[in-house]
Amino acid sequence: MNAQTGFEGAVGMTEKLVVIGNGMAGCRAVEEILARDPGRYSVTIFGAEPRVNYNRIMLSPVLAGEKTFDEIVINDQAWYDDNAITLIGGDPVENIDRDAKLVRTRSGHEEPYDKLLIATGSDPFIIPIPGNDLAGVVTFRDLDDVDKMLAAAEQGGDAVVIGGGLLGLEAAHGLSLRGMKVTVVHLMPTLMERQLDEAAGYLLRQELESRGQTILTGANTRVIHGVEGKVVGIELEDGTKVKADIVVMAAGIRPATALAKQAGLECERGIIVDDHMVTSDPDILAVGECVQHRGLCYGLVAPLWDMCRTLAGHLTDAPAGYEGSVTSTKLKVSGIDLFSAGDFSGGDGCEDIVMRDAARGVYKRIVLKENRLIGAVLYGDTADGNWYFDLLKKEEDISDIREGLIFGQAFASGGALADPNQAVAALSDDAEICGCNGVSKRQVVACIDAGSHSVDAVRSTCKASASCGSCTNLVESLLAITLGDGAVESGPATMCKCTSFTHDDVRRLILEKELKLIPQVMQELHWTTPDGCSSCRPALNYYLLCAWPGEYQDDEKSRFVNERLHANIQKDGTYSVVPRMWGGLTTPNELRAIADAAEKYGARTLKVTGGQRLDLFGIRKEDLPSIWADLNAAGMVSGHAYGKALRTVKTCVGSEWCRFGTQDSTGLGVRIEKMTWGSYMPHKFKIAVSGCPRNCAEATIKDFGIICVDSGYELHIGGNGGIKVRATDLLCKVETEEEAIEVCTGFIQLYREDAHYLERTAPWLERKGLDWIKAQLFDDPKRIGRLTARFRLSQKYWQVDPWANRAGGAHKDLHSHLAEVRPLSLENA
Amino acid sequence: MMSAAVGKWLDIGPTSQIAPGTARTLPVAGADEIAVFHTMRGEFYALVNKCPHKQGPLSQGIVHGDTVSCPLHNWRISLRTGEAQGDDKGCTPTIDLKVDGGRIYLLREAVIPPVKAA
Ligand code: SRM
Ligand SMILES: Cc1cc2nc3c(=O)[nH]c(=O)nc-3n(C[C@H](O)[C@H](O)[C@H](O)COP(=O)(O)OP(=O)(O)OC[C@H]3O[C@@H](n4cnc5c(N)ncnc54)[C@H](O)[C@@H]3O)c2cc1C
Ligand code: SF4
Ligand code: FES
Repeated sequence: MNAQTGFEGAVGMTEKLVVIGNGMAGCRAVEEILARDPGRYSVTIFGAEPRVNYNRIMLSPVLAGEKTFDEIVINDQAWYDDNAITLIGGDPVENIDRDAKLVRTRSGHEEPYDKLLIATGSDPFIIPIPGNDLAGVVTFRDLDDVDKMLAAAEQGGDAVVIGGGLLGLEAAHGLSLRGMKVTVVHLMPTLMERQLDEAAGYLLRQELESRGQTILTGANTRVIHGVEGKVVGIELEDGTKVKADIVVMAAGIRPATALAKQAGLECERGIIVDDHMVTSDPDILAVGECVQHRGLCYGLVAPLWDMCRTLAGHLTDAPAGYEGSVTSTKLKVSGIDLFSAGDFSGGDGCEDIVMRDAARGVYKRIVLKENRLIGAVLYGDTADGNWYFDLLKKEEDISDIREGLIFGQAFASGGALADPNQAVAALSDDAEICGCNGVSKRQVVACIDAGSHSVDAVRSTCKASASCGSCTNLVESLLAITLGDGAVESGPATMCKCTSFTHDDVRRLILEKELKLIPQVMQELHWTTPDGCSSCRPALNYYLLCAWPGEYQDDEKSRFVNERLHANIQKDGTYSVVPRMWGGLTTPNELRAIADAAEKYGARTLKVTGGQRLDLFGIRKEDLPSIWADLNAAGMVSGHAYGKALRTVKTCVGSEWCRFGTQDSTGLGVRIEKMTWGSYMPHKFKIAVSGCPRNCAEATIKDFGIICVDSGYELHIGGNGGIKVRATDLLCKVETEEEAIEVCTGFIQLYREDAHYLERTAPWLERKGLDWIKAQLFDDPKRIGRLTARFRLSQKYWQVDPWANRAGGAHKDLHSHLAEVRPLSLENA
Repeated sequence: MMSAAVGKWLDIGPTSQIAPGTARTLPVAGADEIAVFHTMRGEFYALVNKCPHKQGPLSQGIVHGDTVSCPLHNWRISLRTGEAQGDDKGCTPTIDLKVDGGRIYLLREAVIPPVKAA
């Protein structure tokens, strides 16, 4: 498409409007002006692309083969002709001369203007890595890019899409439909993290993976490899290599400001405009993705429409200010329903309402603030997206429909049905309440009438809401209707306010449903918060690592600081370091290394702990990896003095030296510690071995205590020397060290698999009863062997020194500062 | 040592340096250390790295929603306003932060204490 003959006669009479950018905003702005005052301007539009104005967002369906180019044209040539608009396509403007008030194109064409409108859109961001200029590296912005992708897809093979945002996923979807094997490489841990929270991102990822795409998150591309100038693959920071015949860069967009900057217009991230879309030059205006308005740049079309209306108002003397836009997002991938709008990052005074339906793969979350809807994320069922978006934009007070809001428009605006109890009362007796276990309303009511007066009692009697929990609120309503509000009993405490399940339920369901990731547990068990809290996250992390040793990837961010930094935080923010001293034994060499480390790292206090080892206090987080390296070099490993884990095995001197000693208590203690160190537990776990009933190692206030006697070993459990002192109960007596070790291991694993997170053995024992524990360990002679086998399997993966890892450079960022600010030298420089 | 040119905003590096759900620290010579947070929902915040209770280093707490639980005594502090949540009372100063083009910027005047007369 080339220069058209303009409506020359009109020049001089009418003002001359020149538009740079024949895209969505540029043309819409002209349409809006024509609608208001058709004769006002003589218009010339410059476009870098050699074609008429088309609907850019539909390039995704074109790539996917669902639409053709002709179907996405917005204004064909006839529109330009009919409105006497001169279109100069395929010849980008290269220069704005503000003094002479004219623009100059690449081919040298000059065009004077009275008013100039810049609508240059965005440039794809090309990540600055080696190989980004190889043939086969494409962006996704215009029709030429789509043509390049289609040409590549014709050859088949592998495609890598860098960027797991809206654009990247639509490119991936298209290429995948066109038969390519697609890998999406995304820097952040969650797909579309700007639009989705972790929970929805997880569902999206699952769906895309089930469609055969490979999704790599937390993946930083280091280099694009090529052979003879053509791309062959990419390599990630961690060394992973992925084969590629084409690489699509969809890592973000940057407002196209080059032209404006060069013309000296005020720009930051975008071209700065006021509320009437006027730039720092009163005769130059700007709209679309290239602008920055009140600090914001937009990457979606809805705001552009608002901007174009404002702009047209201004240019036709009917000004109406622009106040910014609220945006919503949908992903145009067939079969995936996803909607996100507004601000869903939560915060002060914000309230989340979350509904999850695991069976249907639905996740809905709405965020309220001061009785107004301020954000929404919907996955799997987006029918109410527009309704929520409308409520959000209108800032309507939703107090009246709050109860039913999350169930959607049909429910919430259903008058009487807005009260969930009434809605449930209105259900027929045959209505299914619990889909998982096929329980009807009649059955639940019968069960309540028969004496189950709490959710928990209902769960254990008729099984309603015992599986995925999504019907818990229905069961609660039935209890309230049947018994009257006051008579509903609360069941055992739930894990925390994020869930209606107890610790036991969660542990059981993790195994039954084979749940292996924290977001998966939260989705499947209908967590009512998007990312849990500081009490359930560490618990889930422990339950998962206990259930799936070897498979589960520890989630550092769900651990308390001590377990994240493998040291105990002190009141001044420094850390204490306690190396392991097996059974309380040490050597001159170890002592020397500790002394050296204490001096080298400025430990202000060096103390013998109550657990028979040494504690170095006042170590800075930056120095931890190097002090550990020094201690490792002398053969010492972490003492886990910070962990919900095996702490110490205290021993007394025993038969080797003591005149009363009956057995080698020190040796046995060391053996047990070597076997059990490194194991994470529901709470800390302490062991002691005393050589005779005088009990110098205080074995009867330990989680597991051994008292050696002439005829063998007395094994004690459930002691606690802490806040509430509890002496142990005698579990049994055995004759050999081997048996003692076997029972100890079996007991530890039983505790690991059964107790609630942060429940020490003493309260656990009192809750379950000594008889229950004995029965578990001894009734079935094979049981203890199975428990010990599971413990050993777990130790295969977990008995690793975390200090050595860190000393070797793992998780450097946890120990280093982001940067350092030295303001004085800077300011005076 | 920061090398950013003197402007209104101080560039403290790319967003990728802070994994979601974590925080990192920024010591300031002559002033309080700053903690920069990245929530699991993708937002960034900067606060003085001191709990209003007993100066616990907030950067080391567990981040959930838009709050952090202090590692020392588990007070919950809003990352948006620095206010202690629930029944606890106190406030940690926040520092204006913006993310632009994949980089994190802090408001210079909030970070850098007034230069004392020499
Ligand atoms: C260092 C040490 C005190 C000392 O200087 O001797 C110590 C220090 C702390 N103890 Fe202890 N306990 C120490 C031995 C003990 C003992 C004695 C023992 O293990 O024989 C007990 C009683 C025995 C018991 O646990 O039953 C003990 C019962 C507690 C309790 C109460 C536990 C309970 O179940 O009631 C807590 C609080 C808690 O865990 O919630 C606690 C918590 C703590 C914490 C971790 C407090 C905290 O959360 O910051 C202290 C960390 C200080 C640090 O930075 O190292 N510490 N603590 C001892 C380290 C032993 C080691 O080598 O690992
Ligand atoms: C594949 C894809 C899918 C999308 N999906 C959605 C979606 O689902 N929902 C949504 O809201 N948004 C979507 N978007 C974003 C949407 O397309 C943009 O927000 C919109 O196109 C921006 O309009 P604009 O006019 O500012 O920029 P553009 O439409 O890009 O127009 C700018 C025009 O200016 C031209 N130009 C640039 N510099 C010069 C110059 N110097 N001289 C002459 N001409 C120049 C360019 O060639 C271009 O034609 C999508 C974008 C893409 C690429
Ligand atoms: S007894 Fe109290 S003060 Fe002493 S170390 Fe233990 S927790 Fe700290
Ligand atoms: S110092 Fe933060 S809670 Fe006490």
